[in-house]
Amino acid sequence: MVDLQVDIAGLKLKNPVTTASGTFGFGEEFVDFIDLDKLGGIFVKGLTIKSREGNDYPRMAETPSGMLNAVGLQNKGVDYFIDSIYPRIKHWDTEIFPNINGSVIDDYIAVAEKLNEVKGINGIELNISCPNVKEGGMAFGVSCPSAIAVTKAVRKAYDKTLIVKLSPNVTDIAEIAKGVEGAGADSVSLVNTLLGMAIDAKTKKPLLSTITGGLSGPAIKPIALRMVWQVYNAVKIPIVGMGGIMNGNDAIEFMLAGSTAIQVGTANFIDPQVSEKIVDEIEQYCISNGISKVTDLIGGLITE
Amino acid sequence: MKRIQDFSVIDTLWLNSSSYILILKSETSIEKIDPGNFAEIKIPDAADIFLRRPISVYDVDHEKKEISFYIKAIGKGTSKLGSLLPGSKVNIVYPLGNSYTPVKNKNALIVGGGSGIAPFKLLGEQLRGLGSKVTYLFGARTSEEIVLTDVFSKLGKFNCTTEDGSLGEKGLVTSHSIFKNIKYFDIVYTCGPDPMMKAIAKIAENNNIRCEASLENMMACGIGVCLCCVTPTIRGNAVVCSEGPVFQSTDLKW
Repeated sequence: MVDLQVDIAGLKLKNPVTTASGTFGFGEEFVDFIDLDKLGGIFVKGLTIKSREGNDYPRMAETPSGMLNAVGLQNKGVDYFIDSIYPRIKHWDTEIFPNINGSVIDDYIAVAEKLNEVKGINGIELNISCPNVKEGGMAFGVSCPSAIAVTKAVRKAYDKTLIVKLSPNVTDIAEIAKGVEGAGADSVSLVNTLLGMAIDAKTKKPLLSTITGGLSGPAIKPIALRMVWQVYNAVKIPIVGMGGIMNGNDAIEFMLAGSTAIQVGTANFIDPQVSEKIVDEIEQYCISNGISKVTDLIGGLITE
Repeated sequence: MKRIQDFSVIDTLWLNSSSYILILKSETSIEKIDPGNFAEIKIPDAADIFLRRPISVYDVDHEKKEISFYIKAIGKGTSKLGSLLPGSKVNIVYPLGNSYTPVKNKNALIVGGGSGIAPFKLLGEQLRGLGSKVTYLFGARTSEEIVLTDVFSKLGKFNCTTEDGSLGEKGLVTSHSIFKNIKYFDIVYTCGPDPMMKAIAKIAENNNIRCEASLENMMACGIGVCLCCVTPTIRGNAVVCSEGPVFQSTDLKW
């Protein structure tokens, strides 16, 4: 038996495999395909204080080994989540992490305060890295002082596990990670999507209504791995790594680079069973390599 | 219940230079499929095609464990699917989306264009089974693009338009003479290019006839989680893959 349990600042996940916000709905969309109880956690669709319609169509463009999206945080607001969605999904034996967003610090605080009162929700992901809308807070995530300011404010409002989701659209992600660690973050998750763009040469028009959007999928995996490694070497808090994870092997690579847990994102669109498969593949890897505790993989990169 | 399932290619029946029917067979039973449902098809052996392709179901045979798709080869993915040899493995996620509302003992007009004729074999069969009378009207550029007339003629009265006049009435589908007697119909079902569907919906709405349109927005997940395929409606942005693809035309703000 392999011990797959990991620990995010005191919050125990039964295994390191979670699903990324915006790629897994509220989990219930996947019940025909997988057993949600097998997952370490689910990061549900991004929430804002008020409901949002998101950006105009088209919001998606397929790109080599990945895709661009510009959804723009379409959601019905945090109250709707707490009153109508969470009661439907709380019975699953997995950690549910809301992903919170705002355009001003007070909005983040308001959302965090509401979620702080919800029994059964033991952690939130503070999104300061959505590239598609002002309310997604990338403005906060790309400068160290503002990342620190929003993290400090939400830290005061939220007593449980606080994971800050970092933007890769920065010069030095390790510096930002250190900043939010100092501001009270329990953990950092990275990376959100990379700002990108696609053009139709025939029509000379952009493929997204917003012109630019967030790139995800295997195309960004080498960048994401590098950033996880840099952050791992800069902070002491646990890292939730993501960026183009398509299978168990990719997940192992993220753990070797320093991730305590991982998020499966865009891969869910191609194989709705992939998250559960990755749990099994990590276990198989451990068995094949004589590893009794999955935590032994964290930062296990051999560099000499 | 939605399922992810492996199939083998039985055949790709090319109907003209650009469209074909892909017939897939499974070892196991096939889920119940309603007219308008679609599948997300993984393009096999195509490293350069990242996402699945949403394709409307054309036909299903539960006894033979076969499912088939009417596909127009318009991009890399749909061209690749048409080149698959018998025996090739294809993985699909299905049945996805909602379906057309069936009506009993009514007169139904079904208007299709392009790949939008795909759901109308199953719909025609269902409506006939409920005692409704089916009239088809399909539009194309030339007679070469009017396909499967034998199949549809068995299910209802078949009409078509071609832009060059090579088959049926000459002109766009919206100018067909059948619309002079539009009040004969109780419901209009449509699928095809947006401008065509909008024009059809307008005619139906002007005559207080219910119209249901199936949208073909670009999709990533197909199961309502990525929220990429939205369309504006009177209730805000609706997710086409899970709240649609079939919408009552009066709900759409297109």
